[in-house]
Amino acid sequence: MDLLSNHLLTLVLFVPTAAAVALFLIPARSEKGLTWFAFGASILSFLLSLVVWMRFVPAQSGFQLQEQVAWYPAVNATYHLGIDGLSLTMVLLTTFLTPLAILASNHIKERLKPYLQLFLLLETGMLGVFLSLDLLLFFVFWEVGLVPMYFLINQWGGQNRNYASLKFILFTLGGSLGLLLAIQLMGVVTGTYDLVVLIAKWPTIHGVIIPGIDTSFIKSVAFFAFVIAFSVKVPVFPFHTWLPDAHTEAPTAGSMILAGVLLKLGAYGFLRLVLPLFPNEASQYAWVLAGLATLAIILGALGAWGQNDFKRLVAYSSINHMGFVILGIAVAARAQGTQDAVIAVNGAVLQMLMHGLSSAGMFFLVGVVYERAHTRDLNNFGGLLAILPKYGGILIFMSMASLGLPGMGGFVSEFLVVRGAFPVFMLATCLSAIGLFFTGVYVLKALKLVLHGPLNERWVGKLTDITWREIAIVTPLMLLLLLTGIYPAWIMDLINRATMFWF
Amino acid sequence: MTFPILSLVIFTPLVAGIVLLFLPQEKRNWILGIATGAAVIDLLLSVAAYFSYNINAGGYQLLEKLDWVPQLGISYYVGIDGLSLPLLLLGSIVTFCGVLVSWRVEDRPREFFAFMMFLAASVQGVFASLDLFMLFFFFELAVFPKYLMIILWGSPKTREYGGMKLTLYLFVGSMIALMGALAIYSGSGLRTFDMLKLENAGFAVEFQRLWFVAIFLGFGVLSGIFPFHSWAPDGHVAAPTAISMLLAGVEMKVGAFAALRVGIMLLPEGAKYWAPWILVLATINVVYGALIALIQTDFKYVIGFSSVSHMGLVLIGFASLDRNGLNGAGLQMFSHGVMTALFFAVVGMVYDRTHTRDINRLGGLFKKMPWAGVGFIVAGLVSMGMPGFSGFIAEFPIMMGAWQAAPIVAIIAIVAVLITAAYILLVFRRVFFGEMDAEYANSVGDVNIQDKIVIGLLVVIMIALGSFPILMSPLIQSGVNHVMVLLGGK
Repeated sequence: MDLLSNHLLTLVLFVPTAAAVALFLIPARSEKGLTWFAFGASILSFLLSLVVWMRFVPAQSGFQLQEQVAWYPAVNATYHLGIDGLSLTMVLLTTFLTPLAILASNHIKERLKPYLQLFLLLETGMLGVFLSLDLLLFFVFWEVGLVPMYFLINQWGGQNRNYASLKFILFTLGGSLGLLLAIQLMGVVTGTYDLVVLIAKWPTIHGVIIPGIDTSFIKSVAFFAFVIAFSVKVPVFPFHTWLPDAHTEAPTAGSMILAGVLLKLGAYGFLRLVLPLFPNEASQYAWVLAGLATLAIILGALGAWGQNDFKRLVAYSSINHMGFVILGIAVAARAQGTQDAVIAVNGAVLQMLMHGLSSAGMFFLVGVVYERAHTRDLNNFGGLLAILPKYGGILIFMSMASLGLPGMGGFVSEFLVVRGAFPVFMLATCLSAIGLFFTGVYVLKALKLVLHGPLNERWVGKLTDITWREIAIVTPLMLLLLLTGIYPAWIMDLINRATMFWF
Repeated sequence: MTFPILSLVIFTPLVAGIVLLFLPQEKRNWILGIATGAAVIDLLLSVAAYFSYNINAGGYQLLEKLDWVPQLGISYYVGIDGLSLPLLLLGSIVTFCGVLVSWRVEDRPREFFAFMMFLAASVQGVFASLDLFMLFFFFELAVFPKYLMIILWGSPKTREYGGMKLTLYLFVGSMIALMGALAIYSGSGLRTFDMLKLENAGFAVEFQRLWFVAIFLGFGVLSGIFPFHSWAPDGHVAAPTAISMLLAGVEMKVGAFAALRVGIMLLPEGAKYWAPWILVLATINVVYGALIALIQTDFKYVIGFSSVSHMGLVLIGFASLDRNGLNGAGLQMFSHGVMTALFFAVVGMVYDRTHTRDINRLGGLFKKMPWAGVGFIVAGLVSMGMPGFSGFIAEFPIMMGAWQAAPIVAIIAIVAVLITAAYILLVFRRVFFGEMDAEYANSVGDVNIQDKIVIGLLVVIMIALGSFPILMSPLIQSGVNHVMVLLGGK
């Protein structure tokens, strides 16, 4: 048992992989068996992450439950895992959403086995990013997650899936080329990839790195290489164009994970790597980030408003919501060490969590109606509240959570970001508040076109209300959103201590 | 006298080849049995060599030495170090896989397998040689089976052109390298071909700079260095499946390995002088090869050009003359060998069933041949340097070496990763998904058990190495340490 409890993080990380391999042994015919096995494995991973949470000592700063063994000694990279409040929050989000997404995959009838295997591998890839404390290992998991997502979109996606999946992988791969180069450069210069060592060493490095080129220039270039890689993933305007396509074409569960967790990887990269490794450059260019975040908030909301495809509308809303995360990060970059920075990062991390829950819920609800109606065109709906009362109620709840209604978690997180950002980036914050207004506009537009107005007669008798299984999937999400709105301290304490330590 | 593992690795296929030639053509089962048996024994012996090598001690091990032509200082001298041992293993793995996928060869199987065994013996001989003359002997021994196998069993349209082109290119290259080798022999004044002695011969700097060019380019032709690469795609495409696997998987490494062992290790000053030029050529290899692969419509040519691109990375690793770069190059030789063998095996499986290699006519094969599809995509992920697979752990240190030598090379070469991702994913989708041509829709079946063994073995190797680089990287490090000493090491 000691062996297991000493390698708790490894267990959390590789239980899904082991399950993916074990799925080979289950015959492809028994769809129930496959689904429940995958679900059970992801629940096991969730329970293990709860154990991690219990073992975690909030009062202690720095990384905990660390594990380190030699991995690639030739380049001095190690298998180094560890968590702090930031990564634990994200790990919990990942292990919480994955079982729900697997349950939401019951509409997948074709080649269920490889689908579930890819899904579980995807979970390992995402968890690995959050758990790695070695830069090379981080990059490995960062890229490994792309492959299953590519195939999930490409094989189980909608009409335009070939275009969307290739665009997704080429954008993300292209974005990470610079990251790869910068990681190599840092490894060559410092001789280590260990994040803990690098954070102590890299920011203060002076002297000649490449003969003939100014070191501060090189560091700025490396900074932007990191920023671009993570910006593509978040996505920050103008690197966002892959997102609506990928979301629209992905299967429902894929969209849930894509919006719920994958986008957070980029924001996590900013918090874990960019700010600690490049404090000076980050402070210098924070205004760029703040500007792009504001554009993302406003243009994301306007973009969402302009959509007639329900799923695309929700996809654009992700750009809008993730803009607040970036705004919070920009504040931390600018005003490191101040109270504003701590508040803003608290808000950003909470927003990552809240958006993870609400966007997964929204995509799921879009999937529910699409599965029944086989259309996502908002103009084809209308008045559905009359025939789908339960679904309508849940959709309204989730939409309100998404737009940040007070009492919901999204309100707390956006408030914290805006509160932290106001003294630092006053103009950007004011403009973002306008963006917030348009958030209300597009959410209400969607609600109006789907639920209210005259009932579209073609759906009478055709559509069935949301099933108990589907309610079971969406309920945990609603409960957590509501809980955070009323009592944010259940998670805030964890986030706050980590934030105080880092920023 | 200890157990002569290396001699057995070299002579098992040679003897098997000779025995095969004396079998009657109609005893097909015997032919298959002997060829497969020899390949299995060879593989087991290489694995034994891998486990008996002592990494901590390093240096050349499992030595065997006999006088051959003592008057000229020629000896039968074999031994392996951390750089040659992975290649020896690679040679056995690819030979084994090549034999398995060739079970369906109907036309003159006796000669086919006999020649293949000769080819295997020749590559193992090069990897194990510590005598320059012997290295050359085995290097040249490969010419005739290669030529004959392409001409006789190759794809009918291009086999004569491809076979001729390949032979002429390699012949000219090896003549130039031979001049260099003779210059080393006479220039050293030691009257020996023993490479361990030649390593410390202390050649004059001017001498090294002059003859390095001959050696490196001469052998480099076989590794596909730009602008002498064009035999490679033509030759690979013209060859029958198993020979494509051996050519791209192992023979190209023979060229790179010889260029390293004779060029860089015997003439380190020459290497230092010419390294920037090699970097330029190798960078062109990487980017140009990938771009040409992107526009191919022939399934096999895509892979042919991807080999040109990937061998460029090996050469970048060499020319960085940096510890990391050389480590990466050593890993890349092994990783690329396994990967491209799998690629060509899958291409062969597809071609045998559809009788076309035109990407526009292929499609929807995943349902019929899932194993082949999985094999192709894993090889593809290795090819695009995806983390978690062996290609990444090889390319990463190469790039680190490039940062040390010339940062611009790293920045240009990395673009090839994106191009590679594009062509691999596009080809994969077109060949394995989409609509299947009605012409062969009913005739295509799944791959057979031998093919599954090949795919499974190669896939497992690439994933294992990618997840646990420690399986091979310390070995290669121990070989690189020695090279660094010769280079006046850092």
